[in-house]
Amino acid sequence: MAAPVAAGGGTVTRRLLLGAAGGLRLRPARGFRTAGGLQVEDETCTAEPAGDVVNVVFIDRSGRRIPVQGRVGEDVLRLAQRHDIELEGACEASLACSTCHVYVSQELLDKLPVPDEREEDMLDLAPQLQENSRLGCQIILTKELEGAEFTLPKITRNFYVDGHVPKPH
Amino acid sequence: MTYSLNSLQCGEREALDCRGSEIFCWAFTQEENLKWQPPPDNTVRGGRGSFSRLLSTAALAPQICVVGSGPAGFYTAQHLLKHHRLARVDIYEKLPVPFGLVRFGVAPDHPEVKNVINTFTQTAHSDRCAYYGNVTIGKDVMVKELQRAYHAVVLSYGAEDNRILGIPGENLSGVYSARAFVGWYNGLPENRDLKPDLSSETAVVLGQGNVALDVARVLLSPLDILRKTDITEGSLAAIACSKVKRVWLVGRRGPLQVAFTIKELREMINLPGTRPLLDPADFTGLGDVIKDIPRPRKRLTELMIKSAREKPGEKEAALWASATKEWGLKFQRSPLEVLPATDGKQARGIRMAVTRLEGSGESARAVPTGEVEELECGLILSSIGYRSLPLDSSIPFDPKLGIIPNSLGRVQGAPGLYCSGWVKRGPTGVIITTMNDSFDTAQSVLEDLQTGVLNLSNSKEGFKSVRSILHSRGVHPVTFSDWEKIDAAEVARGKLAGKPREKIVDPQEMLQLISH
Repeated sequence: MAAPVAAGGGTVTRRLLLGAAGGLRLRPARGFRTAGGLQVEDETCTAEPAGDVVNVVFIDRSGRRIPVQGRVGEDVLRLAQRHDIELEGACEASLACSTCHVYVSQELLDKLPVPDEREEDMLDLAPQLQENSRLGCQIILTKELEGAEFTLPKITRNFYVDGHVPKPH
Repeated sequence: MTYSLNSLQCGEREALDCRGSEIFCWAFTQEENLKWQPPPDNTVRGGRGSFSRLLSTAALAPQICVVGSGPAGFYTAQHLLKHHRLARVDIYEKLPVPFGLVRFGVAPDHPEVKNVINTFTQTAHSDRCAYYGNVTIGKDVMVKELQRAYHAVVLSYGAEDNRILGIPGENLSGVYSARAFVGWYNGLPENRDLKPDLSSETAVVLGQGNVALDVARVLLSPLDILRKTDITEGSLAAIACSKVKRVWLVGRRGPLQVAFTIKELREMINLPGTRPLLDPADFTGLGDVIKDIPRPRKRLTELMIKSAREKPGEKEAALWASATKEWGLKFQRSPLEVLPATDGKQARGIRMAVTRLEGSGESARAVPTGEVEELECGLILSSIGYRSLPLDSSIPFDPKLGIIPNSLGRVQGAPGLYCSGWVKRGPTGVIITTMNDSFDTAQSVLEDLQTGVLNLSNSKEGFKSVRSILHSRGVHPVTFSDWEKIDAAEVARGKLAGKPREKIVDPQEMLQLISH
């Protein structure tokens, strides 16, 4: 990454040596090395649950595809958090919030069991609700979901359902 | 030429450039215009381990503070800490105890909503995060002093006041804001002596949002349910003696404008020991109107229509037949005056204007028809919205909208100042709305760090300088581990009573517990 900058008679190029903003620079997601060999470890380390492997893909909020290995019986929220994918679970899977909102493909929607009325109630509050919206904490992995894709909604800068802005009356 | 960055120097043809949180090393040669020379390992004076020294140099770590420890404050802090490897975030809170409305607003019978406290606790435990309770910004330390100590200050102090009705009789005994009532049963110190008068059979709640449903539900819930929650001992005792049997939720507009949400409505419809009073006439013709509206409003309205117009199932019919308490929705009624009893001091009823709607949907307006109605009641709770207050005369504030003027969380006309949560957007929304909004503000801060709008070469002392200010003013901050002592005490006391916790409602008692 070289950015030529004119400086008097000569030209200067810059190389990024040490960047600290996650996800925005050339750095592996976990840990990084400096020229001095300093390594920073990633702290999150949760144990893997038992059960057969199910390969799925998360598409994060910047559109990046992240393939991960889940386990049969695991819910999608937990799977995301195990792999450091930015899916929040404020109420810890108790159907009292919609922070684990994800989009699934139509074909996947047809394979999943119909959502509980309580899940539908919470989805009603999710910004940018779509026909293919589900709560991640309610999707339990099965072998049938091999290859499934879960897309995280682009939540920032537009957090009202259907672009709604409350009007004073 | 030589260049230096703090105490480090580099050689003649190399320079260190610190921009935001990144360190560039650039080398130039005069004879070969475009050649880049990587610096040899010992170029940066300071020798071996110079990069790790750079990492630990405090000057490169952005010092950020957040005012307010509710969801907005904590989610903003979380996002900053996660997306910046060096940033330090200090969270200030005026009460000794953290978590804002999660502790003091969410209803006692909604414990799952409070699970988010675990997420916030994790953030507080980060080694780059510190919590300082018992510090009132605007009194113990001013925003300008915070700005001298930190690179960025985020205002997330929410809405501590409420909108007023502005009608005669509003100050009669028996009239309270729903905000104060909620504070009372949730142990908010400033509302602990509310002593609401619960001696009349009929209560009127003005407003049809989730807060209105919460207060109605707490007034009518079976005691057996309430006594197992974290509702305060004092308010539970008062509610046990309550004579309130009937609660009306009164709104100026119609069913299509109710602000409560479906989960809470369902809960109310199924509240044991109660029956709903919904007038089918209020819902005539609505079935057609809602055919093509967005799903959330459609499902909510369908539930109301069903409950009002359909015959109840066997189970429901039995429950409603044996109910001793009731609640209902009254639409198109706008409060004009609270009517006094003969002593002139107590509320005995409310006079309301009958309205009609002009326009439709969210922007429908209630217009008086000239007709007037009176409703007998001795308890009136106004639930027409929370309201933010200006913190400090130096901060821009829009009194009409009740928010800090901002663009994407950047306070207008005040570089280095940001805002998130209700004080930024207005006092509506649930956890997810505040979460997204706080991430947005954090994103603005991160961008400004990235582009150099927040200048990290001005080194800031962070809490070090605030500590000496507080010390000189006799203010003792409460740390997060102090809070954990208070938390443990509350949980222990609660255990004795079969509750998740028994909240301590006296700040002095809290401070004594941690020996302040």
